[in-house]
Amino acid sequence: MGLEIAGLSAGYGPVTVLRGVDFTARPGEVTCIMGRNGAGKTTLMKAIMGLLPGTGSVRVAGVEVLGLPAHRVPGHGLAWVPQGRRLFGPLTVAENLEIGGLLRGNRPEIRAHVLRLFPRLGERLGQVAATLSGGEQQMLAIARALCLEPKVLLLDEPTEGLQPSMIALIRDAVGQLRAEGVAVVLVEQRVEAVLKMADRVAFMAHGRVAEMVSAADLAPGARQFAEFVGV
Amino acid sequence: MSGAKVWALHLAVLVALFAAQYLLPPYHATNLARVLVLALFAMGYNLAFGYTGLLSLGHALFFAGGMFAAGLPAYHFGFSAGPALILSLLGGGVLAGAVGLFALRTAGVSFMIVTLMFAQAGYLTLIYFNAWTGGDQGFAVPASGRSLFGFALSSDGPRFAVAWGLFALGFLVCLALVRSRFGRVMVAMRENEERSRLLGYNPFVVKLIVLVISGLYAGLAGGAWALLFGYAGASFATIQYSILPMLYVLLGGAGTVAGPVLGAALMFWLIELASGLTSAWLFLVGAALVVLVLFAPKGILGWVREKVWRGLP
Repeated sequence: MGLEIAGLSAGYGPVTVLRGVDFTARPGEVTCIMGRNGAGKTTLMKAIMGLLPGTGSVRVAGVEVLGLPAHRVPGHGLAWVPQGRRLFGPLTVAENLEIGGLLRGNRPEIRAHVLRLFPRLGERLGQVAATLSGGEQQMLAIARALCLEPKVLLLDEPTEGLQPSMIALIRDAVGQLRAEGVAVVLVEQRVEAVLKMADRVAFMAHGRVAEMVSAADLAPGARQFAEFVGV
Repeated sequence: MSGAKVWALHLAVLVALFAAQYLLPPYHATNLARVLVLALFAMGYNLAFGYTGLLSLGHALFFAGGMFAAGLPAYHFGFSAGPALILSLLGGGVLAGAVGLFALRTAGVSFMIVTLMFAQAGYLTLIYFNAWTGGDQGFAVPASGRSLFGFALSSDGPRFAVAWGLFALGFLVCLALVRSRFGRVMVAMRENEERSRLLGYNPFVVKLIVLVISGLYAGLAGGAWALLFGYAGASFATIQYSILPMLYVLLGGAGTVAGPVLGAALMFWLIELASGLTSAWLFLVGAALVVLVLFAPKGILGWVREKVWRGLP
């Protein structure tokens, strides 16, 4: 079931950015979204999360969420880690996780699960989030979203600007989530990262999903990368 | 910093403030009672502004609302201080809730302006009904209304005890609140409202709850002021009384539990000292604030938390 989007149109006031997006993300798969700047990737994330009004359909595990106020969308199993992390800087790692999991009752097994995925956070529970390294902040942003026990996890360029060792840790965590049956949607611009992590790739252009292909059918010099990403 | 240490530190502050009445000359002990009531007001303001990021210019309405909710029944119907204080608490909370229902549909500068407009409307309402409220001149609360469990609140001892008791109650509730899960949600709302929404929190509801709690503090402080110092007047609904708690909080440290009382005390005595030196005392107060903004923009305890003691709540 995962995430099923049909005919989604959305934008900012009179400006329409998404023009009938059709897209699916299946449980236990990593689906990457690629496209040039302005193709509508982040707008798609915002529309899915209820931050922008839209028309069409967005279903999570079969339940329609389009039109719900944004604060009610996470309760249906959707979590988004936007670009730039946006942690609650003055709060500690433990407090950030607590806030993430409050609506799920902060069950100890959820906390244990995210700390198994990111053991480094377990060593820094009492540390103020603003003082973490960039990679650790990204881990915390993902961990905090996982406290919602999402069925569908949206990640917006999670490895951008990170050192290789951190990128590997985050990739491992994404792989683990896929193995656990989470539908992971990854907005990513780097071909190498997409080829390493993705099961399927959606290429966006002009506010639509122009092509949806299996990652196994893509190679580093594939036509789609040149045509839709410009690399 | 462990929970036990935090509570011990704050209890020590309360003990020190209680002991101060025996160490200070009577004139300054009475002033300390005033500071404690103003600090109660500022603590409520701090919950909204310092912890949740709601920059209000309407808190004078909640303070005056509590003041008249206590003062009018005492003046017109002979209520004693106990029921009058409860009415002041309710008055501040209900007004804050009513204002919040409208004002919280806005944010930032718009929120400031809308809250200011509500406070101005409240001030004009008090003036309009001057037959009941006494208008700008206000009224003196009668002795019958200044009696609590048989103690006359016009006497130094009971007055200080009630001021300290109400302050202590507000102080401990504030500490418990900001250390609770809800307290962390308040901070999350201040830091990033959109992110909080994406974690499933309804910002409107969270901010409305905080504003009502803040109004309860302001109302109780207003009622206490009327009953302890024997006067209620529409001048307490002017913008000056919305700005004062903001200054106390900024000076002491926004988002710290003890910041408002430190800020209120320093500002009170700074004004006292400056007005004894020159009629242009506002100039000296302004200069002190400029120094503060330049060298400790997060306030005194905000600076302490940043440089010395990260765990300071």
